[in-house]
Amino acid sequence: MQLTKEKLLIPDLSNDKLIDLYKQMWQIRLFDEKVDEFFAKGMIHGTTHLAVGQEASAAGVCALLTVEDKITSTHRGHGHCIAKGATADKMMAELFGRTTGYCKGKGGSMHIADVEMGNLGANGIVAGGIPLAVGSALTAKMKKLDYVTVCFFGDGATNEGSFHEAVNLAAIWDLPVIFVCENNQYGMSGPIKEMAKVEHIADRAGAYGIPGVVADGNDIIEMINVTDEAINRARSGKGPTLIEAKTYRWKGHSKSDAKKYRTREEEQEWRKKDPIKRYKEVLIEAGLLTEEKAEEIRLAVKQEIEDAVKFAEESPAPTLDDLLTDVYA
Amino acid sequence: MREITYLEAVREAMSQEMRKNDDVYILGEDIGVYGGAFGVTRGMIEEFGPERVRNTPISEAGIAGAAVGSALTGMRPILELQFSDFITIALDQMVNQAAKIRYMYGGKGKVPMVLRTPSGSGTGAAAQHSQSLEAWVAHIPGLKVVQPSTAYDAKGLLKAAMDDDNPVIFYEHKLLYKTSSDVPEEEYSIPLGKADIKREGTDVTIVATAIMVHKSLEAAKELEKEGISVEVVDPRTIVPLDEETIVNSVKKTGKVIVVHEAVKRGGIGGEIASMIAESEAFDYLDAPIKRLGGANSPIPYNPELEKAHVPQVPDIIKAVKETLNRA
Repeated sequence: MQLTKEKLLIPDLSNDKLIDLYKQMWQIRLFDEKVDEFFAKGMIHGTTHLAVGQEASAAGVCALLTVEDKITSTHRGHGHCIAKGATADKMMAELFGRTTGYCKGKGGSMHIADVEMGNLGANGIVAGGIPLAVGSALTAKMKKLDYVTVCFFGDGATNEGSFHEAVNLAAIWDLPVIFVCENNQYGMSGPIKEMAKVEHIADRAGAYGIPGVVADGNDIIEMINVTDEAINRARSGKGPTLIEAKTYRWKGHSKSDAKKYRTREEEQEWRKKDPIKRYKEVLIEAGLLTEEKAEEIRLAVKQEIEDAVKFAEESPAPTLDDLLTDVYA
Repeated sequence: MREITYLEAVREAMSQEMRKNDDVYILGEDIGVYGGAFGVTRGMIEEFGPERVRNTPISEAGIAGAAVGSALTGMRPILELQFSDFITIALDQMVNQAAKIRYMYGGKGKVPMVLRTPSGSGTGAAAQHSQSLEAWVAHIPGLKVVQPSTAYDAKGLLKAAMDDDNPVIFYEHKLLYKTSSDVPEEEYSIPLGKADIKREGTDVTIVATAIMVHKSLEAAKELEKEGISVEVVDPRTIVPLDEETIVNSVKKTGKVIVVHEAVKRGGIGGEIASMIAESEAFDYLDAPIKRLGGANSPIPYNPELEKAHVPQVPDIIKAVKETLNRA
């Protein structure tokens, strides 16, 4: 579909779906902004990693996935969970450590998972989910199932041995997996420019004999288009693709980050590339959205997040007996 | 009943399960036409083909993770690591992922997999190919840890491990591969967490694992000549540990020696000794609990030094006598 003069959407998505994606980007942003607020106020314990500014890659990549498809996520995973169908109420309850949370309050921010819905889990270990995604894709191949597995990870993860081992394995076995590197420029404080010699992480794909694609991670249409091609390739048995989504996290690495390693000017430059604003402009130009309608959507999501907070606050905490349950199946 | 080797028992358990259950497959380095570093999978690729006997690159972290991910999504993988020392490279996936997934996810999802790997010294392979690191994994809630000492136990315990819905680390002792015992042809299961009294006795209990079971039995035979009656308890699985059988044996004999090949410091013997000390058996002890384990050094290459690193039959005999003298 030709959305605007510049924007061609390759896969066939309904207008409703396109509006839904706009809403979803707000769900991701407002969820994380609410979490940020709670951490600042000391209302949630532990730590958290926010993906504000990176909404287009989660929403764009997951736009084409079915319930059967799988994802693995990262420590910065709230957005991936929402994009794969998780609801804000159960996620918020998890962050509040309540039994109604996705993990009954035992996983927290870094371990939200919903295996039945194809979310194989966020991960506290950098690159830890990459081999898991390959295993999930191996199951699809061995059981002759049609699902694909999307593996999200950050730029920092590509310097882990697990990345190399897992991508190579997926490549030699032609597994139906899509590696999505969200290059938000920093692994905690380490700039990827200083931590890798290659200009693009996608260039590393050549070492495994698979396609590597650089995409504007703040452009949801581009993310959908490149994912579409990777999914088609995976579903037709041609193996994995490495997609590099160039993006930026607006917030710090985690709740305690003075951001000394980057400038405020750089942050402002990236804020100009706000993925939600850019998508809104495309939808308005395509005649699918108005400013009024867009604001209505944002407000509805805001209310949804407030409701999620209420749900979390009113949910029961685990009892001490829960400490030792579910250690073994 | 026919006799087969420990190695054949392991292979037979896997093959019988793979004939029945399409979800079971094996992956590992050189397990295809080569037949695995110790020959355990020899002939399996010919029977089951390369899809289910999956030869992998040398990527312990990657293949461990692939096993975990495939287990989480419905397969029941058996991962073979060539030497148990290489578990160091696979540990993130076993410890941070496999062991914790079910708990972290609030009881959703399971990781039914077996990591099989040969451990132990005595082959002259030196410091990086001879270790017994079972205490490391025994320390991790969410994992189960098995150490069979006979062909019969190996087959039955591996069946139970494959049937288990949790990640199980299955240590095969490389010096036991060629040992034989009576093994039924049909499938059978030995429950994880059930110790076996390998020899009954009344004067002293030896709790021994893996190859130390055999060394302890040899020692017991020697001591019998001197009128000393030794009971040898083989826990068979260290997680879960059959505390009851051990405690009952100690209550009966009043004396106990714990023997394993792994380095004594931080070894599972400390856990077993503490468990006994905390149990009702404490009141029955007539002498201090004694532990025998590997020396606090890497495993040396020189055969005499290598032998000196781990408890030998004379060391066990000496330990028994010392314990009896203190009673």
